[in-house]
Amino acid sequence: MSRLKLFAPVIGFLVLAVMLWRGLYLDPRTLPSVLIDKPLPDFELQTVELGDQIIGKADLPDEPFLLNVWGSYCLPCLQENPILMAAAEQDVVPIVGVNYKDKLNLAQLWLEDNGSPFEFSILDESGRLGIDLGVYGAPETFVIDGNGVIRYKHIGVIDYEAWEDEIMPAIAAVKAETGQ
Amino acid sequence: MRRFFKQGFFVLALFCAVLGAQLNPSNTALAAVDTFEFATPEQQQRFRRMSDEFRCPMCQNTNLTGSNGGVAEDLRREIYLMIIDGKTDDEIEQFMFERYGDFVFYRPRLTIETILLWFGPLLFFIMGAWIVMGIVRRAKASSSEPVELNEVEQERLRNLLDTVKDRD
Repeated sequence: MSRLKLFAPVIGFLVLAVMLWRGLYLDPRTLPSVLIDKPLPDFELQTVELGDQIIGKADLPDEPFLLNVWGSYCLPCLQENPILMAAAEQDVVPIVGVNYKDKLNLAQLWLEDNGSPFEFSILDESGRLGIDLGVYGAPETFVIDGNGVIRYKHIGVIDYEAWEDEIMPAIAAVKAETGQ
Repeated sequence: MRRFFKQGFFVLALFCAVLGAQLNPSNTALAAVDTFEFATPEQQQRFRRMSDEFRCPMCQNTNLTGSNGGVAEDLRREIYLMIIDGKTDDEIEQFMFERYGDFVFYRPRLTIETILLWFGPLLFFIMGAWIVMGIVRRAKASSSEPVELNEVEQERLRNLLDTVKDRD
């Protein structure tokens, strides 16, 4: 017992060191999402592309798709656009945009300038849909399964690493599961 | 012994003071100005209290009141609308929790996941007190009891003292 007590400080130090070491590599900006495995919230909003037409949950793809939150003011969105464009070209999955807290004309201009990977972009000018999605800043990307359930969330820019290591495996898992 | 108790009490009081300061996040500066109209002062007070107590999800450590972030602005508006709508505090908390999780609470809910957060400091305090008490008890045991030597030891001590004396 007394031998064990002698090692207590060393054990304490090791536990603390491991925890702090791990802490070095945690990003405090990525909050764990409580919305994983929850269905998408209901909404009735216009889009950037379709004029006056109001769309809702029923108009979203009924196969696995990506929901990408973006804005014309958002520099990381510009950064990840080529990756999304390539994915759209290769028909990996449909990509639906959420134009978050933006102005319609600026959003249209941005898509004209940079190209659009989106089937369409839901126009969330007030940010209300964003709140229901637990969004706190563009870009954020959700993997949605064929039943409209949120299965994965990526916060921040999608670089090639994130695409290969996170988004693609998440899509593959959802596709494999539903056989789509 | 009495001095020991006095010191213990002081440490306990200090601990409580720190804990009290931690639990009161409302002493942050007010940065944002909203122009919300309330029907009653109670509603305004509730709005104030709630936006003080929720953490802005975008910023790392600012409450909704103190943040100019886009999402904080939107969340203040939602809280305002819910208060006007007659929602209870619990309902508003639930609304925030369902979207942003425990992160938005400066006063996290007591769950299995947050139990260490709540009682961790107490645990460390008890551990510290236990160690201090052990040290004090051992120090006292070794210093206060008179040492009694038997015949042989007495003889050895005398010899030792003699050698020291011879050396001088």
